[in-house]
Amino acid sequence: MQNFIVFVLSAFLGNEILSKVPQTLHTPLMSGANAISGITVVGALVAAGMSGGGWSSWLGFFALVVATINVVGGFLVTDRMLQMFAKKQRPSGGEAEPQGVKAGAK
Amino acid sequence: MQTPVIQLAYLASAALFIVGLRRMQSPATARRGNQLAAGGMLVAVLATLFLYDILSPWMMILGLLIGGGIGAVLARQVEMTAMPELVAVFNGFGGLASALVALAEVAQYAGDSAILAPGAELAAGTAFTVVLSVLIGMVTCSGSFVAYGKLSGRLSGNPVAFVGMRTATLGVLGGAVFFGGVFVASAAAAAWLTIPSVVLLSLGALALGILLVVPIGGADMPVVVALLNSYSGLAAAATGFVLGNIALIVSGTLVGAAGFILTVIMCEAMNRSLVNVLTGGFGGEEGAAGAAAEAPEGRTVGETSPDDTAILTSYADQVIIVPGYGLAVAQAQHPLREIAELLEERGVTVKYAIHPVAGRMPGHMNVLLAEANVPYDSLFEMEEINGEFAQTDVALVVGANDVVNPAAREPGNDISGMPILNVDEAQTVVMMKRSLSPGYSGVDNALFYADNTKMLFGDAKESTDAIASELKALGA
Repeated sequence: MQNFIVFVLSAFLGNEILSKVPQTLHTPLMSGANAISGITVVGALVAAGMSGGGWSSWLGFFALVVATINVVGGFLVTDRMLQMFAKKQRPSGGEAEPQGVKAGAK
Repeated sequence: MQTPVIQLAYLASAALFIVGLRRMQSPATARRGNQLAAGGMLVAVLATLFLYDILSPWMMILGLLIGGGIGAVLARQVEMTAMPELVAVFNGFGGLASALVALAEVAQYAGDSAILAPGAELAAGTAFTVVLSVLIGMVTCSGSFVAYGKLSGRLSGNPVAFVGMRTATLGVLGGAVFFGGVFVASAAAAAWLTIPSVVLLSLGALALGILLVVPIGGADMPVVVALLNSYSGLAAAATGFVLGNIALIVSGTLVGAAGFILTVIMCEAMNRSLVNVLTGGFGGEEGAAGAAAEAPEGRTVGETSPDDTAILTSYADQVIIVPGYGLAVAQAQHPLREIAELLEERGVTVKYAIHPVAGRMPGHMNVLLAEANVPYDSLFEMEEINGEFAQTDVALVVGANDVVNPAAREPGNDISGMPILNVDEAQTVVMMKRSLSPGYSGVDNALFYADNTKMLFGDAKESTDAIASELKALGA
């Protein structure tokens, strides 16, 4: 029951925070959220690390590898994308085009 | 067992996820947000690794290194244009992992290695959450890989359908639910049925994921990718219920909400219900095969050249660029940005109008343009910019079709009611396109034959390159 309460409250919270994300960031939001869904890696660690062997630990180990791909890959690729977004806070083309060229083009 | 310290660590990582996601509200803070979320993940993993009584820590570290290495290579090597595919693949892995964890839990209970609680019975409630976790996780997995195939062009982007497909899908769904029911019942009554039923459930769910995504056309992929994203979160949350782990429930639910919000936004942007998208079969086949590359009787098409386009745009006051999936296919984002910069140097105001479903995933165009160094404050969403087309001299449509098709304003066709960019209100529309074929919707675009439209046929990359070099020549 407690788990269910947490689930419902999280759903409301997620809705509240995430509906304000601008369209520009929808792809990074998706890949970042995707990385977070790799939290299942924690479950994999428990499943693989706490059983004494056999099917259960092999399934857990496989889950661990797959979940880690999701986590590490997801966060890195999101970072790569956001880096591109962040560096464009400067006015457009400011660093690339010297003033003289601009004036000359007119 | 979960000590209070572990619980606190999980709470901390959930808080970091929430703060991190909140920072996704602005491009300026988003990168830090993502790093915070990654930090939250690190806290959760380290806490689990060191605070639980893990029996084989080195084995676990090996697993983390293997997975991390593969993930890092994939993330570093991917081209920005291939981002939708990669997101789909990661999604699939996430879903698969959640389902596997639930299966490992079953294997443990089934007496395979009952170390934690020898002879413990699988409670009916837990068994139910196992079914949810396996079902959602496996559907996410196979569905995401089909989506990957379609996005990367390894599978046909057209909707695939065969006779009796819907019946087959319902049959497989029924079968999966049936074996899920058997599994829940067997947990208490007939232990020998536990393993076979959960294996059949997994196979059924895998087949279901394929059947659900195969009939959906390429242009509807933004919805599918967003929905699968939501599922991968829900699968993690379900696994959290199985393990009684708060960290999984909170973060899985947050991801579920994120994917769901995006799904709803995408559906609204196409004026179609989710059910309509999922039952599929929309466009595709007719659009590709019937490619009416000739102008119909009595309608003429105005053609233009890169040189004329360069001159036209350089004497404009305002140019609005409308990118679409064709831009991504042709990889024309860099020359396009060059055009915009050259025009700005000549004092032309250049804006980009981004339709919510342009491309193959939510925000696809924004990522491409960001890669080409287009400042994000010159990108405008549909509602912001639609009023401006009437005061715009040239609308430059690059590889977009359905999202600018005025047929959407008229009733009685497949895209009726879909909000579109009002490019036809601009003084002149230049459409860069390969041919006169309709878009994915298969609906003919009246814009091609409008008096104020000039078609610039050819590959978007070649056309934009040619315009850019012509603009340079003009400037010199």
